Amino acid sequence: MSLTADDVNKIAHLARLGIDSQDIKSYAKDLSGMLDLMTQMSELNTDNVEPMAHPMDQAQRLRTDVVTEQNNREKFQAIAPQVDTGLYLVPKVIE
Amino acid sequence: MHTKTLKELAQCLRSGEFSSLELTQAFLNRIKKHQDLNAYITVTEELALQNAKAADARIASGNATVLTGIPIAQKDIFCTLDVKTTCGSKMLDNFTAPYNATVVEKLNQAGAVMLGKLNMDEFAMGSSNETSFYGVVKNPWNINTVPGGSSGGSAAAVAARLTVCATGTDTGGSIRQPAALCGITGLKPTYGRISRYGMIAYASSLDQGGPMTRNAEDAAILLQTMAGFDEKDSTSVDQPVPDYSAGLNAPLKGLKIGLPKEFFGSGLNSDMAATLEIAINEYKKLGAEIKEISMPNLKLAIPAYYVIAPAECSANLSRFDGVRYGYRCDNPSDLADLYTRSRGEAFGKEVKRRILMGTYALSAGYYDAYYIKAQKIRRLISDDFKNALADVDVIMGPVTPTTAFGIGEKMDDPIEMYLSDIYTIAINLAGLPAMSIPAGFIDGMPVGLQIIGNYFAEDRLLNLAHQFQQVTNWHQHSPKGFE
Repeated sequence: MSLTADDVNKIAHLARLGIDSQDIKSYAKDLSGMLDLMTQMSELNTDNVEPMAHPMDQAQRLRTDVVTEQNNREKFQAIAPQVDTGLYLVPKVIE
Repeated sequence: MHTKTLKELAQCLRSGEFSSLELTQAFLNRIKKHQDLNAYITVTEELALQNAKAADARIASGNATVLTGIPIAQKDIFCTLDVKTTCGSKMLDNFTAPYNATVVEKLNQAGAVMLGKLNMDEFAMGSSNETSFYGVVKNPWNINTVPGGSSGGSAAAVAARLTVCATGTDTGGSIRQPAALCGITGLKPTYGRISRYGMIAYASSLDQGGPMTRNAEDAAILLQTMAGFDEKDSTSVDQPVPDYSAGLNAPLKGLKIGLPKEFFGSGLNSDMAATLEIAINEYKKLGAEIKEISMPNLKLAIPAYYVIAPAECSANLSRFDGVRYGYRCDNPSDLADLYTRSRGEAFGKEVKRRILMGTYALSAGYYDAYYIKAQKIRRLISDDFKNALADVDVIMGPVTPTTAFGIGEKMDDPIEMYLSDIYTIAINLAGLPAMSIPAGFIDGMPVGLQIIGNYFAEDRLLNLAHQFQQVTNWHQHSPKGFE
């Protein structure tokens, strides 16, 4: 199976991932190679096999609904790219 | 003092032969002297000296643990409070962690002295340490070869004696493979044995932290502190932690070792096969019984892994969006541009490749064909291990197809690089514990033997590794120039 430059652009858009236009071809080639590798999976019949999402087949643990997090707002804000009066700033979203 | 093991150093610190401050300074000097290896991303000299002094006071007061005053280095994937934590990426080059990972917290509490943060493949994606934003780490056994990855800095630093011990993480072999290529001892515990809290996520159903040390005895000591249930990690397993040092000397008579024929087939080079045969013979001499086993689905581990891991990676790495922390591009025109350009400018090629692959595998129309299919194969591989381990106590095999390869050799061919993970990734899919121990040399380069055990059988693996290290001395060799 091979992916085209258009496919790569579409996937990159879904992932909100900037890819330089001169690199698109090489990503298409690499991803196509990976997909070729994955076609091996179809050799094996897996009807009636239960998918395994987690090695322990664990159920999510529950806990009592109490606050466990400490307030680290100052620390978190200090490492943010752009903040103002406790808010994270991004370019204008609504005109 | 740098030639001593963790256990020996702990005794020296107690008997007052030297102080933690002297020991820490000695290691800091070695790090400086050998900085060309590029094993460290950040050296926390001031903090280390301060903590060494505190450790000396604690030892004097009589309430020290075995790790008090012992120099250690953390893979830069573990968050360290107020210390730069990069995960080997430009994305986090400006990131100072606002809290400690549980593993770091536990080791700090025990009084271990952190020397710094170790180099690694970007976001732990790589098998050679070449994807690091901070450059490749050199293998101390031959500086023209890679140390392995992703915990390449950890393995090189332990091998070159730039730390006593280190932490690593293993998603598809990232502790065992570099341990093998650098001639040290590395243990990937059972999934859920060690808390993942504060360990920057790559593929959450596969990631597991573990100790990287000179020998099994030291690994047991380090694992003892690292292991255990953690409320803060929802996949942490609530199971008692045994005394890992207590069983090291148990006799191996009657032990059943399974050798999967799929591991020793035509894909394995003859020097590697011969070296491993000699190593496995040592176990025979120790009273173990060898049995050939078959795990027919192993060959599909690579395709299944390279669907599952990228799928989880694409979801995990969506948190790096240039808004709350990490890299942000200059002058974004709008929010979409901010996301796209920040991520595009700060992620390296291998990380992008895996995000794209994962996004594709999870996208509408392909989810069943790739992701669900891979999860079904994951079940079959896990069942292969279950069946095998019902019959034998442990499974042994190679860690890597070859010894360390040359820097740059496989960088142009990602698929070729992925194929080198053939012996390690199935274990992560199953969630089992496994070790790599030094088992010989080929043309002067170290070879690792892999020992795979049943769930939570870390004590058994350590026992086997320790017994081997009582009758062999591969783990005591030092790379030239680093003695």
